[in-house]
Amino acid sequence: MEKILQVKDLELSFHTFAGEVKAIRGVSFDLNKGETLAIVGESGSGKSVTTKSIMRLLPESSSEFKNGEILFNNHDLTKLTDKEMQKIRGKDISMIFQDPMTSLNPTMTIGKQIMEPILKHQKVSKAKAKEVAVELLKLVGLPNPEMRIKMYPHQFSGGQRQRIVIAIALACNPKILIADEPTTALDVTIQAQILELMKDIQKKVDTSIIFITHDLGVVANVADRVAVMYGGRIVEVGTVDEIFYNPQHPYTWGLLSSMPSMDLEEERLYAIPGTPPDLLNPPVGDAFALRSEYALQIDLEQAPPMFQVSKTHFAATWLLHPNAPEVEPPANIIERMKTFRGSRYYEETTGGEA
Amino acid sequence: MAEKLLEVKNLKQYFNAGKPSEVKAIDNISFTINRGETFGLVGESGCGKSTTGRTIIRLYDATDGEVLYDGVSVHGNKSKADVKSLNQKMQMIFQDPYASLNPRMKVLDIIAEGLDIHGLVKNAKDRKQKVVELLETVGLNKEHADRYPHEFSGGQRQRIGIARALAVNPEFIIADEPISALDVSIQAQVVNLLKDLQKEKGLTYLFIAHDLSMVKYISDRIGVMYFGKLVEMAPAEDLYKNPMHPYTKSLLSAIPLPDPIYERTRVRKPYNPNDHKYGTDEKVEFREISPEHFVLCSDKEFEAMKKELK
Repeated sequence: MEKILQVKDLELSFHTFAGEVKAIRGVSFDLNKGETLAIVGESGSGKSVTTKSIMRLLPESSSEFKNGEILFNNHDLTKLTDKEMQKIRGKDISMIFQDPMTSLNPTMTIGKQIMEPILKHQKVSKAKAKEVAVELLKLVGLPNPEMRIKMYPHQFSGGQRQRIVIAIALACNPKILIADEPTTALDVTIQAQILELMKDIQKKVDTSIIFITHDLGVVANVADRVAVMYGGRIVEVGTVDEIFYNPQHPYTWGLLSSMPSMDLEEERLYAIPGTPPDLLNPPVGDAFALRSEYALQIDLEQAPPMFQVSKTHFAATWLLHPNAPEVEPPANIIERMKTFRGSRYYEETTGGEA
Repeated sequence: MAEKLLEVKNLKQYFNAGKPSEVKAIDNISFTINRGETFGLVGESGCGKSTTGRTIIRLYDATDGEVLYDGVSVHGNKSKADVKSLNQKMQMIFQDPYASLNPRMKVLDIIAEGLDIHGLVKNAKDRKQKVVELLETVGLNKEHADRYPHEFSGGQRQRIGIARALAVNPEFIIADEPISALDVSIQAQVVNLLKDLQKEKGLTYLFIAHDLSMVKYISDRIGVMYFGKLVEMAPAEDLYKNPMHPYTKSLLSAIPLPDPIYERTRVRKPYNPNDHKYGTDEKVEFREISPEHFVLCSDKEFEAMKKELK
């Protein structure tokens, strides 16, 4: 498979009055052509910062790349000048933001806003750009595009605005589309429509998508691969089936357990105890250890490396070390594992004992 | 036998009534909430679910219909004392924990505001102690009392909002999308907290949300709203197992579940209100299809649904 983007050992800090906040502490992942990679994690885990650093959207004055590289087309994006980055941003890599209410300019017609990247990056006439804009609106499913391009953002609903934002992001046929919680502000029905639209478009234009969200239902719906982030690191990465049916990291267990399931009768929801780590003074060892009932002594002393579970599945937890004691994951996780071929709880036939 | 705490009867809330820009935000809805239960209200944005909550707590005056709290009407001319006593019994938790706390007040004063207004504390020492108790109830601690809202995370702020609502010992709490702005893991913490408090203090909740999976988890009964109308109302389990109204079916089919195999085969059912093709003489009413399960439908639809249920 062709790797379109490679992030290697990325470390990034913010300089604040309180000190240095180590927001990303060694993140590595690849993005393959045509796939959707979902990055999940709670607020402050570094998922948005990771993608913003790919887009170089972080304030230069307060943020600093400490280490690592982001390889795209044989260029290291962390080392490009602003001028060079402008040629990539919006053309090869574009972004959809969470809030469609604030990411559009209220004083410009939507036609102008869609034409902006086209005129900037491609040598075309205004008339041609307008044609493309109409085409794009058709692609994202807005009826009556010829008329609509003269309208202003406030004349559209939230779902329609998100469609317009997607149209802008797609204007130059980007190779990578970064979607930062694109449906979090939307209703379930509208969310479903936008997700269907994104999958549809991906098939048509063959772009790779990095999808950031904290909604695991959405992840199960859109993702090919999933990376779970915690405390500025990726703690587990694998195909969507591996993460949902054979999770290895205790944090992934906690995340999956805190979603209410539709058919199970539970008295209490599982809530991960405690709060996310303070990245001003990041903990030594496994950042999740303090909140995890599965923590081992070594978790407090030394950060776990990435252990390989399968060809595509890696997890950073000492539990996978050959010398680690065997622990029992939570009951509902075992339920999930029973359906996964290759997990130690896999059951051949339903009803049989493991 | 369940005791009715809140009764909403043919409630209507029209904005710009009589003008061409009239909006029927709530169009003739009726439901009751029993003491000690959680009633969930779901629907997409703009369907009138928040307006319903706000009208019940008298933030809006109703256009028509009534809201009876413990047998007493909430709306209409009331003396100051009556309003005050109602305000003590009914409290609200808002959606946005960032916007609903005054950034220039300390947490201590935010939580104590209700105590002051209702004269529930005698002196400063008493006041501080009561606030500390409340903070501990919601899982914060006394050091937090002297801080300002911006020093807290979203989940913690929502806890402060809950503590503020609890301060005056209410019986009934309207929670308007209290978890929509929070992370999944924090959502679970807040929902558990709400459930624990309910058990401890015998609270009654009106839980407004668009996230059906959480609503199902916390509610005893659920009402589904669509464009100002209540289209279906049933016990939580029943609504999920046997959704009757096409809109409810559509809503349920749109929820993504954390299960990739299921997601690959999930088919979303679209809903088009024109599909009903109601005749002009057909009576579209709220009918009871099975015990406690009501659907808004015409006579013909009602017969068809009955067959479907069998």
